[in-house]
Order: sequence, then structure tokens, then C-alpha cells
Amino acid sequence: MAHPYMPNSAAESKATMMAAVGVADVDELFEQIPEDHLARESNGLAPGVRSEATVRRLVRGLIDRNDDCVANLSFLGAGLWQHHVPAVVDEIVTRSEFLTPVWGTTSSDFGRNQAWFEYASMLGELLAMDFVGLPVYSWGSAAGNAIRMAARLTGRGEVVVPASISPERLMVIRTYCGLVGGNDPISVRLVDFDPASGTVDVAALGLGPDTAAVYLETPNHLGVVETAVAEIAAAARANGTETVLGVDPISLGLLAAPGDLGADVVVGSTQPLGVHLHAGGGVGGFIATRDEERYAREYPTLQVSVAETTRGERSFGMTLFHQSSYGSREDGNDWTGNSVYLWTVANAVYMSLLGPQGFAELGRTILANARYAAGRVAELDGVTVRWPDGFFKEFVVDFSATGRSVADINAGLRAHHVFGGKDLSTDFPDLGQSALYCVTELHTADDIDALVTALKEVLA
Amino acid sequence: MSELRNYHAAVWDEPLVMELSAPGRRGNVPPAPIAELDPATALPGAVLRQAAPALPEVAEPDVLRHFLHLSQETMGMVGISLFGTCTMKYNPRVGEQLSGRDGMAELHPDQDDSTLQGLLEAVHRFDLMLRGLSGMDRFVFQPGGGAHAAYTHTAVTRAYFADRGELEQRREIITTAQAHPCNPATASAAGFDVITLPVEEDGYASLDALKAVLSDRTAALMINNPDDMGIYNPHIKEWVDAVHEVGGLCFYDHANFNGVMGRLRARELGFDACMFMLHKTFGVAKGGGGPAVGAYGCSEELATYLPGPLVEATEDGYVRRENPRGVGRVREYLGNLNQVVKAFGWLTAMGADGIREAADISVLANNYMEVRLLELKGVTKAFPQMTKRRLEMTRFSLEEYTAETGITAVDVQNRMGDYGIDAFWLSHEPWIVPEPFTPEAGETWSLEDIDYWIDVLAHVLEEGRSDPELVRTAPHQQVVGQLDGSSLDDPEKWATTWRAHRRKSGRG
Repeated sequence: MAHPYMPNSAAESKATMMAAVGVADVDELFEQIPEDHLARESNGLAPGVRSEATVRRLVRGLIDRNDDCVANLSFLGAGLWQHHVPAVVDEIVTRSEFLTPVWGTTSSDFGRNQAWFEYASMLGELLAMDFVGLPVYSWGSAAGNAIRMAARLTGRGEVVVPASISPERLMVIRTYCGLVGGNDPISVRLVDFDPASGTVDVAALGLGPDTAAVYLETPNHLGVVETAVAEIAAAARANGTETVLGVDPISLGLLAAPGDLGADVVVGSTQPLGVHLHAGGGVGGFIATRDEERYAREYPTLQVSVAETTRGERSFGMTLFHQSSYGSREDGNDWTGNSVYLWTVANAVYMSLLGPQGFAELGRTILANARYAAGRVAELDGVTVRWPDGFFKEFVVDFSATGRSVADINAGLRAHHVFGGKDLSTDFPDLGQSALYCVTELHTADDIDALVTALKEVLA
Repeated sequence: MSELRNYHAAVWDEPLVMELSAPGRRGNVPPAPIAELDPATALPGAVLRQAAPALPEVAEPDVLRHFLHLSQETMGMVGISLFGTCTMKYNPRVGEQLSGRDGMAELHPDQDDSTLQGLLEAVHRFDLMLRGLSGMDRFVFQPGGGAHAAYTHTAVTRAYFADRGELEQRREIITTAQAHPCNPATASAAGFDVITLPVEEDGYASLDALKAVLSDRTAALMINNPDDMGIYNPHIKEWVDAVHEVGGLCFYDHANFNGVMGRLRARELGFDACMFMLHKTFGVAKGGGGPAVGAYGCSEELATYLPGPLVEATEDGYVRRENPRGVGRVREYLGNLNQVVKAFGWLTAMGADGIREAADISVLANNYMEVRLLELKGVTKAFPQMTKRRLEMTRFSLEEYTAETGITAVDVQNRMGDYGIDAFWLSHEPWIVPEPFTPEAGETWSLEDIDYWIDVLAHVLEEGRSDPELVRTAPHQQVVGQLDGSSLDDPEKWATTWRAHRRKSGRG
């Protein structure tokens, strides 16, 4: 029986081709492969399932066995956040035209290139940065690439990172920075944050003659908005150090634009801008700078520039392609390849829908909801919120005084269909039995009531 | 020859979305806060935004229509796309439908393992399927593309030699001029020196050339086979043995797996690690360049160094565990699992018989194309002295045609777009064949589509002889005309954002 995915699996098509090629058996076409290279053992795969209904039932069975963040009330964030994804976003990114291109030409995949340019343009407005590359795999990857850009720009070999950073992201950064013994490793120096405020200041960084970059995030991984970014960026500049700033783009209707704070290279996650969680498959990382040649020439990404056709129409093409690995192999900047370009279309639709007013209102709603939730949670006996005045959408809830572990509390909450905040007790032992709670525009008063009620029962 | 279609791409003269803005319009309104809070009382003034971002103000239906217009101005695989080495194949829409369900799209990786059992089972079962296909002992899906899987290999290689105290000595990674650029590029990014072997007259680098560069400095070999010319290096086992003899590791870039699916197993050839691209070979959509997955598999010995977390089946269900001596992470979380689930569905639908048949059809269709294409005057095949049948791709050249007409492969590519044909693949850098083009029919495209593709090429080649200007100035039936690339690398003119363009063009 022919397979529905393969038109030429129909016997007649195959026969036509075999006659034209002049073979009686397809095996004759594999004459390049020596006999003793062919697989000796079975690959163990079952026979194919030609019925879509049967395949769907099987895969759906696995998917629907999961407990998701819609059927449950989730307070998980920590670098991947559940925000509203407008219906128009899903409608556009599932269009076959956006789903299937591979490369194309500037004329035939024009619409995709325009969407990419719109993505970079609108993100540039949020960031107050003029040069924006196409995204890389994730926020951590973007930070890693940006730190490597800084090392090449400065010829130095150290990056300073506040210890409040996400351990998940730090592992990625360490990988990108390399190992001693290899060529040009970058040493990662962690510096303490102020336990009273959750933030860092200039003095904490200990900028030195070999400091290529300061890598700072605001809000930081523990949710706190850094208050000394501008001072740090100024001190870094005076030291010949690049300031690489990680931001949550959804905060930027409310919080100051990184370009206005003096950041040199801005990175962050594209996921909040209209991409679902996908168990971590929704991540993407952007890199942006001022439009200065010294930065532009260090990008490892592909970039889309506005240009013209030979007839004078507006068009879009890749700028600085030659410095990518496609153009220069090992002499290019890091490497490029498939990334998360479909998500840039989602991001473009999202930013178009939100507009300036949408981002401003969204920022205010998230801040207000998160502060409201923190206040309610802090009313519980033995429960405190660290840094209650400094955060945007995530906050550290300390359960130490309840005598219960976060793991235990979260297990209890699951029975109430609540996913408690991310357990910080292993990664940040100084914070005791703490959890990072994320509250967004999606949470309602009823949701916070439900959390408080569940916590009361679990802690009772 | 079939009659060519009277095709014209959709032309909307679509403005930028920023140009659709009208003051006060709203496309999406966030929920009101649970309780009003003035940000000025909640955060220091210095961290608050002063001027609103200059984003467009557009109503919801107009945003929808704008992006629908842009989608219609994108050909993707709505036309015929035989883009070699990217294996343009059908992406079953059932996978898109399923991955959009809450049980996939609305999962958070920090959820407890007990709440993710269906997902972890799918990941584990797919890992087992790829182990079966490759003979490797363990797969991870964290790399976000094929190049990222190559990078993962360089990181694993680094960790492996660091663990043995040999990293300072093992400085060199060897690849060939026909290997994808990501292999040398990731080796360099991971801190290794790169040695690139030239392609010799048989279409691949020689074993002698390899042996000449092997030493106790060798860390790894990174190589594809077959390459993106459909040429298979029959000495690959000797290559692997020679690298192992000096203590190096061997990585199989399986980008071109489509022609050998079910026939070759990387581990049986001696490789320590390999990579499959789920967004090419395993039916997941390209998306214009991701989200993708470079599934990285390796031997038990190297599994010690894999990035975590790893998924394990235990008596108490599926769990994630860290890999204490591993490379940590190459990116956050387990990977693009939404794509893994789609690939799992695809491989289930294909099965052992299906992938074998897909490989057969891919190689058959390529050889069919070769017969017809080589009948066209001006089309030649790279490495003609290598007379054995090519696998799923053949590298062709228009060198003779260009000498005759002055029309280049890129001109032809542009003109073919006027008949609904997506760009063909030329070649990676370096171009070892002049005016290259590399179609790959795969198992998706029907005989009729393949014939149409060849008919269009034949027609365009004739057009180039009778009316060279028509081809040289193509496309004419596309969304816009040919790009004038002269401004792209000019710092005074390039603009990756509208704000940069407005400033540089004096419209700011």
C-alpha cells in the first residue's frame, strides 16, 4: 500500500522512474556503499502506521497524560513564562507559508523576510537599540554569544556575573566560555549580590584590567529589578569593559529601555513575546546593540537589512553574511545555523498587537498582580517575601520559618492542582527554603485566593 | 514536456506594520490589574521607562490581514522546493495540531517529573528509536539545530579530553572541505584548531591525507557521509579506525541521512557520536530556520559527558537526572520537545518499512532526475569520473552554460521562481564546483512535480539562450524584483531596524 506521505510510493510512479534509470532493483542504486558497511543489526522499529487516526490517538495519549499549566494553576517562571498568546499569533505561525520555508530567495520568501525585519525593528524600539540580529537558540545562548563578542572586542578574558543568575543559564554561559586548555577560554567570575536588596552595585563587581564584560540582568533571576545598571554601565565603559544586559522584553513597557541605561549589548528571551512554553521548546534569544560597526562586525547571527531591488522596490537581504560561519567557516564569528526563526514571526505579530499602550498596560498589570499576590502570600504564618519592594513579576517566597521544605510544600500544592514556584533551596542555599513565584497578567484574584487557600491547607 | 504554469506570486505592496499605525488604535488589551498600583510608588523612578516605545498602533483585524499578506508573499513549500541537503519533505499537520494541545504547548520544564510522564515517555521512546537507527547508546535533544549538535560534539569532546588531562595536547579537529561549515565553525568556537582536508578527484578527501594530519594532537574527526553531492566515502571505516588509533573521537554529521535511512548505522561504522536533524530528515517543519532539533547520540563512553538533564525510565516512572561529569548545558532545558513529539509521530507513521522505502524513493528519484537533467545541454555533473550512482543528491554544474550565455546559476535560480519553483540549493562555501546547483527530490515530491521542476529548468535554460536579459533580470513574476545587494555591507546604509533606516536615510 502506498504511504500517504510519499506520492512516489505508488507502484506505477516507482516503475516509471526505475525504467528511466534502467534498474530492475532499487538496491542497484546503492552501489557506492560497500557491502560490509550495511547495517548488520535490525533497527528494531515497528512497521509504519499509515492511518493518521491511529498515529494521532497514540501521540495524543501521551500528550494528554501530562498535567499542564492550564488545567493547573501555575506559578512557575524562572526564565520561561506563561503569558497570554493572542489567537492571531497562533493563526499566523501555523500558516503553511511561514511553517515551511527553508531559505528561498529575497523575492520569493519576501514576506517572511519582511516579518523578520519587522521583528527586529519593533524589538529595537522596545530596547532602544538600532541593530538587532536574528535570534539564537535561547537566552543563555544569546548571553554566551554576547560575552564572546565582548571578549573579541576587548581582547580580554573575563566576564563578571552576579551570583543571582539562573543556574540553568549559567551552565550555558560556562559552556560557551570554554575550558582552560582550549583556545581563548573566558573565565566566569561570580560576584555576590547584596542580600539586603537582591541587587549588585559597581563596587561588588571588582572590575579589573582583564574584564571583557559585565553580564547583568534586570529583572534578575530572583525577580529583582537592578537599580544601578546605569552606574555599572558607566563604570564598565570607563574600564574598557562591555556591559551585556539581559532583559525580559515584556517588562519594557514599564521598565527603562536598556539602550537608555547605557548597555552595550542587550540579550534576552524572545519567548514572552507570543510563544507558548512547549516544555522549554518555546525559548529563543535575541542579541541587540547600537548600530556601530565595531559591534555589527562581531555578530555571529544572520541579520536582515532593508535594501532595494534593482527596480527600486523595497526589499530585504542578509547584511554582513560573510562574517557568519556560512560565509567564512571557522573564520566566521562563532557559528550560525537553524535557530528559532519561526518564533520571530510570532514575536512580530505579538508586538504589533500590543503596541505602545498594550506594553505599558501589560507592564502595569503584571507589576500590580505580582505585588498583590506577594502581599497576600506574605500574610501567611511563617511565610515571608524577600525584597518585597524591588521586583517586577517574580518574587522569592521564604518558607523557612514554617519548618517545611519547598519540595514538600510543592508536592502538597500539586494535590490542589497548583504548581508552586520554582524551588530555590538547592541552588541558593543561603535563601533557605525559598521558592521563586511568577505572577503575570493571566492570574486573577480568584487564582491568588486559590493559591492562598491551598497554601494554608498545605502548611496547616 | 509538461505545460508550464502561468504563475504569479501574490503582490500586496504591503507596507511595514510600523507604517500601518494610526494614533489610538489597539490590537490587544491586557487584563486590568487585580488591584490598581501606581508604578511610581512601587519602583524607583530611574528604572521606569520615560518615553513609550515607538511601536505601531494597529487594530486586531488589520494585524491579522497584514501578516496574512506577508504569508502570501512567502513561497515556502507551497511551491516546489528541492533544496538539497535540507531534505524538504512533508511535515504532517497532525503533528502541528497535536503539539498545539495544552498537554504540550502549556508545559513548564520546572514542573515535577510526575506531571510530565507522557512527555518524558515520548522523549525516551524516541531516544530508543534513534538508538535503533544509529546503534548509539544515548540521545539528547537539547541542541537547537544541526550546527548546535555539532557544537555539542565539540563540547563533549572538550570535556572528554579535559577529564583525561589531555585537553592542552588534543588541540585539533579534522574535517573536510565538503563538510558543512558548522563543523569547522563549532570546532573553532569550542577552542580547537581546525584542519580541513581538501576534496580529491574521487569526490572525497583521501585516507592518506587524513593519515598525514593525524597525531597525538588530534581530538576529533567531524564528517558527513554521504556528503551533499550524494557521494559516499567507501573508506570511512578505515578513516574511523585511523582516528581511533591516535586516540581521537569520530563524529558522524548525519545531515544527509535521507538516502541511507535503515541501511547504515553510525555505531557499526565505528563512529563515537552522530547527529540527526529532526527538522529535515524526521518530518519536522523548517519554520524558515527553526525551532529545530539536532538530535545528538553517542556511545556509552561519551554519554558520561552529555549535557543534562537526561531522561531515564525507572520502575517509578520517567525521571530527569543531571549528568554530573557532563558539559552542563548547551542551552536551557531539555530542548525543543514540541519538535521531538512531532518527529516521534512521523517516525511512528513511517516505521521500519517506511523509512527504508523513503530512502529508496529518495535515491531513485535523484537518479531519475540525473538522467533527465544530464540530457539538458549545459548541465554537467560534478566529479563525472566518479561513475557510481549518486545517492539522494547530485551536485550539478552550469559552468558550461554560463560560459555559453553568461547566465549564472543564481540567475537561473531567480528565473525558476517565476514558475513557482523555490530556490534550489547551490553549494556551501567553498564552491569546489563552479556554478553549482544541488536539487534533492526526497520522498515527498511526486514524479509530476519532479518532471515539472526539470521542465522549468529546461525552459529557463532555453530562455537564457534566446533572451538572456529576461533571465539575467529575473524574477519578473515574483513579489518583488531582484535584490540590489550593494548596500548590504555598507555601514552607512545597512539597517536591521526601521529606526536605523530612518536615521540613515534622513527620515528620522
